[in-house]
Amino acid sequence: MNETAKEPTQLAPILTLESKFFWDAATKEQFVCEKCSDCGQFRFPPRPMCPHCHSVKRDIVELSGKGKVLSWIKPVHPKPIGFDEPPTVGVIETDEGFRIVSNIIDIAYEDITFEMPVEVAFAPTVKNKKVPVFRPLSNENDSLSPVGGEG
Amino acid sequence: MSRQFKEAAIAGIGQTEFSKSSGRSEQQLAAECSLAACQDAGVDPKDIDGMITFTLDNTDDIHLARCLGVENLAYTTRIPGGGAAAVATIYQAMAMVNAGLCENVLIWRAMNERSQYRFGQPISMESAFAPGSGTGSLSWCMPFGAQTPASWESLNAQRYMQKYGVTNEDFGYVSVQQRKYASTNPNAWFYEKPITLEDHQNSKWIIEPVLRMFDCCQESDGGVALLITSLERARDLKQPPVHIVGACQSIPNEVEVISNYYHGGDLADMPEAYATAKRLWAQTGMKPADMDVAMLYDAFTPQIFKQLEAFGFVKPGEASDFVKDGQIDIDGQIPVNTNGGLIAEAYIHGMNSVTEMVRQVRGTAANQVADVQHALISSGMAGAVLARG
Repeated sequence: MNETAKEPTQLAPILTLESKFFWDAATKEQFVCEKCSDCGQFRFPPRPMCPHCHSVKRDIVELSGKGKVLSWIKPVHPKPIGFDEPPTVGVIETDEGFRIVSNIIDIAYEDITFEMPVEVAFAPTVKNKKVPVFRPLSNENDSLSPVGGEG
Repeated sequence: MSRQFKEAAIAGIGQTEFSKSSGRSEQQLAAECSLAACQDAGVDPKDIDGMITFTLDNTDDIHLARCLGVENLAYTTRIPGGGAAAVATIYQAMAMVNAGLCENVLIWRAMNERSQYRFGQPISMESAFAPGSGTGSLSWCMPFGAQTPASWESLNAQRYMQKYGVTNEDFGYVSVQQRKYASTNPNAWFYEKPITLEDHQNSKWIIEPVLRMFDCCQESDGGVALLITSLERARDLKQPPVHIVGACQSIPNEVEVISNYYHGGDLADMPEAYATAKRLWAQTGMKPADMDVAMLYDAFTPQIFKQLEAFGFVKPGEASDFVKDGQIDIDGQIPVNTNGGLIAEAYIHGMNSVTEMVRQVRGTAANQVADVQHALISSGMAGAVLARG
């Protein structure tokens, strides 16, 4: 780690009774989702009942962390809270089939393409939390670069 | 009161001035515009028996009833979904009158949304995502810097741009058109202030590569109200009645107003608008070609493209050429947002679009479309067809 790294500024996630498991896992660098204990379907955003079989039993399972980019934007004005420079925000479709809004890091905004494969990384936030972000899928032979807020 | 089915009509409209600093409370704006709607209709406010507003409205129903001297209120309700509630208020008022439950339904929306707080600024309070607003999934955007309505809209609109090869300049034609309408509407904030496409392209980026400043609705202070009654009764009141021919709402599975990423379809689509259109055309037996004017919710310019397509005025992907060709101008195939809309008149959360539609049907609009028989109004998740009664 870079010893002179700045304190994180990115906003901490908003915790609710239903979302806390997700963000707590992210802080431990795990990318997880709710999965119905009875019919096995993933569901996101989290909810207390499976819309397919109406079971209230659920498992929290760790995911592949892989997905693809469906859309991407750069919020310029007003300046987003928690960022020195405009971040890239995208909608990611995970390999498990649900969509999530996150940041796309380690690639210039102009170089992103539709359905570009990405993989999860974790960015620190205030209040000592971490949130899942996505970067271009690396080749297995490449060494993984450490992940920081601004890369 | 016997519960007989009754056709519903808009009998009165009322509004305050539209400004950036009203100088008075939202409760006062609500009382003023509500009284104006009653006076326009020729209905004594004490006879109001139904009241509807948005879940996001900060004024108090009972306090408003107290201001107006309402004698015996029968029904109050509030509608979630941000601005999507706009046309849903008419839908619910229609249903209340149809069912014979209410005779004088007041709809209001009052906001100091420039001087007191700003929808366009990053929201970082957890209270903004409280249950009941219908927009709880927005909380999942906040840590990542998508913190404004413009950013939430753009996550879908950028996919629309990719899919159909549309650019920000293409969206600019909507902005130029609406500023043109506003320039001849004395109630508009941008009265006598038209812009060119070059002005649009020179306005600053809000969200790259989707929205510039002139693609966005305003932040405004003001209040708007409507008085809904039965068609039969409206015919005996002060104004020519505006018949609610049909109205509906549609919230498809996994759809949420603006953080609309979780349904299974293409992000370029607006599933709620397609579903609303389908339901509305089925309910009224009408089609796009029957409409003489349309008011389409325009928090941001891309929403005009999506609704033109969803309601079937053009095929998917064809809205850009249609708009560029002048077809939403006053002499085009379907004049759209003839008061300047939320972009150029004011942003009273879509309700000033409803009053404009009433004026178009009455024949009293600043930019009057010739011989309006049927008018479409959409707030994306709800729609209505109005006609002379």
